[in-house]
Amino acid sequence: MRWDNMTKFLGLVVAIVVSFGFFIKPLALTVKQGLDLQGGTHVVLQAVETPNAKVDDDALNRSVKIIERRVNELGLTEPVIQRQGKDRIIVELPGVKDPEKAIAMLGRTALLEFKDMSGKTVMTGNDLKDSKATVGQNGKPVVGLDFSDEGGKKFALLTSQNIGKQISILLDGEVLTSPVVNEAITGGKAQISGSRNVEEAERLAILLRSGSLPVKLEMLENRTVGPTLGQDSKDKSVKAFAIGLAGVFLFMAVYYRASGVVADIVLLFYTLLLLAIMRALNATLTLPGIAGIILSIGMAVDANVLIFERFKEEIQSGKTLRSSIEAGFSRAFVTIFDSNITTIMAAAVLFYLGTGPIKGFAITLALGVVISMFTAVTITRYLLRFLVASNISSNPAFYGASAPKKEVRK
Amino acid sequence: MFSIVKNYKMFFAVTVVFIMVGIGSMFMQSFNLGIDFTGGSIIDLKFGSPVSVSQVRDVLKEHDLGNSVIQLGTSDSNITTSESVLIRTGILDDDARRAVMSDLTSKLGDYQILRVEQVGATVGSELVQQAALAVVLSWVLMIIYITYRFEFKFAISAIIGLVIDVTVVLCYFSLFHLEMDSSFVAALLTVVGYSVNGTIVIFDRIRENLKTHRRSEDLGEMVDRSIWQCMTRSVYTMLSTLFAVVAIFLFGGDTIHNFAFAMLVGFASGFYTSTFLAGPLWAILKNNGEASKQVVSKTKVV
Repeated sequence: MRWDNMTKFLGLVVAIVVSFGFFIKPLALTVKQGLDLQGGTHVVLQAVETPNAKVDDDALNRSVKIIERRVNELGLTEPVIQRQGKDRIIVELPGVKDPEKAIAMLGRTALLEFKDMSGKTVMTGNDLKDSKATVGQNGKPVVGLDFSDEGGKKFALLTSQNIGKQISILLDGEVLTSPVVNEAITGGKAQISGSRNVEEAERLAILLRSGSLPVKLEMLENRTVGPTLGQDSKDKSVKAFAIGLAGVFLFMAVYYRASGVVADIVLLFYTLLLLAIMRALNATLTLPGIAGIILSIGMAVDANVLIFERFKEEIQSGKTLRSSIEAGFSRAFVTIFDSNITTIMAAAVLFYLGTGPIKGFAITLALGVVISMFTAVTITRYLLRFLVASNISSNPAFYGASAPKKEVRK
Repeated sequence: MFSIVKNYKMFFAVTVVFIMVGIGSMFMQSFNLGIDFTGGSIIDLKFGSPVSVSQVRDVLKEHDLGNSVIQLGTSDSNITTSESVLIRTGILDDDARRAVMSDLTSKLGDYQILRVEQVGATVGSELVQQAALAVVLSWVLMIIYITYRFEFKFAISAIIGLVIDVTVVLCYFSLFHLEMDSSFVAALLTVVGYSVNGTIVIFDRIRENLKTHRRSEDLGEMVDRSIWQCMTRSVYTMLSTLFAVVAIFLFGGDTIHNFAFAMLVGFASGFYTSTFLAGPLWAILKNNGEASKQVVSKTKVV
């Protein structure tokens, strides 16, 4: 027994096992989770052409800005609002408490109009500077409007010309309130009454101060996962992960003995590295993504199997343990490379064409394949080198291979 | 040693019979397409107190959604009420869905939203195109890569295997009428990646053995030898991957059940086509294409 090499081997093994025990949970918890795991809402809005509003680049970009303002009012961590293609907007609201109300707010045009008695629009929401929900004189919730300078003048003119008459304030064509003007209002402020409760007044205030959408947006797709289901999915995938990992471990240890155990230890390292890289890249972990990780563990074994099978062949042909291991690694590498590239290509296609959770799957699968290739040809190789050099056993059976038979394959 | 190449007709026959049954099923009962493909909505709720199917249906009827599918969250057919209710409707606009849901609250009490999915008709038809594009694009990429690293005949044999794998998964989903959703596409592509992976390992061996291939040895025998040299690897890798997929299938929960099943079927098929079909196919193409003398000189060896 050569203790220096044995120490190196054991040192590496202990380092990997201990860091796995320490870091796997904190790492797994800090990788960004997709909506399907943490709960939340994914909405796709489609801009629709109407006679008075054309769908173009400018309109879409302005809409994104306005929706951003509305979403920011919800106070969520890391919401996503982005354009998709030329006429769609994707909105992701992680951990949203009341998805229904949030969704209802997103696509509202929120066009505010002030009309005189003849029905002529005198001013719009563009003349507003701010709007807030407050409590009116009668103790009922109202929305306080704060006009811009120009808006204040317009409003003063409107009210002074309509004393004793009715004006109407409309939102998206529906009359919110139709007060009778008592006197000219020149202070640049006004109130809209008619909200049923404070919450409703607040929502209206948010809509008004974020501005009206330049185009009509229709809900194309809505996927909402409640927090309970998200947690349930997480629990189940953790279980599937543990069982899948255990199955693969056992299998390797049984069929490849010491080499298999070494491969298992490297799989632990591989899992850690995969999660760490996902976190560094700020990649999102989705439910299919976890399936991708479990799958990639099954596939990561493939690189080891290819190497170990080569190793067995080399032993069969009568080579020494050490040179068999080296030859096994170098000869298997081309095969591992060629065969893994194809999985990466499939993942790339998925990433390019897929959306949301499917993209998450593609990322974990591709990363998994690349990292497993790396760990198999580096860490596994070092560990086996140290183990062989420690002279712990010269019997190939210890490494899962059988000694050469009499008839040597040429 | 059992000759896979000489018995290729048997392996092809198994595939053909299976696919015929599957295609028959596709014509007879088509596919069970989920809302991702057809459009529609799924509303998965957990009520504060148990409700019955007829109670839910009564509410839906008022919104002209009486023909929706309503499932209680229990598999026991003796139990007629449950807190968990899953409703599947046809295409529904957002206002209509909200109206239904607020009506459910006022008539049947408060609930917790487990999941709401709502997909418009256009998204569905786009997904079908996208899925087809993804699968075909992956095939084209594989053909290019294999032609570059090996040769065109290897690429053709590999792709035929992949077409079979994808068809087999589709057959199973039609036969058992399993629901297909957007993750199905992901499963298909993973199957494509996995299957070609196995095929390449065998082709790699053939490429290597071609270097030492003597004229006296029949091409088919050489292919056989290559396949058998890779057999342990093929079986072991299939087993370890199946461990992982079975774990996802059994313990991963309902949401990814079908996703795992597609991979389960696809990986099994991938193993079959890589091991028993791709090699013989290549040998046939090679033998038909050129005189066996030229085999060595004409093959690009990397």
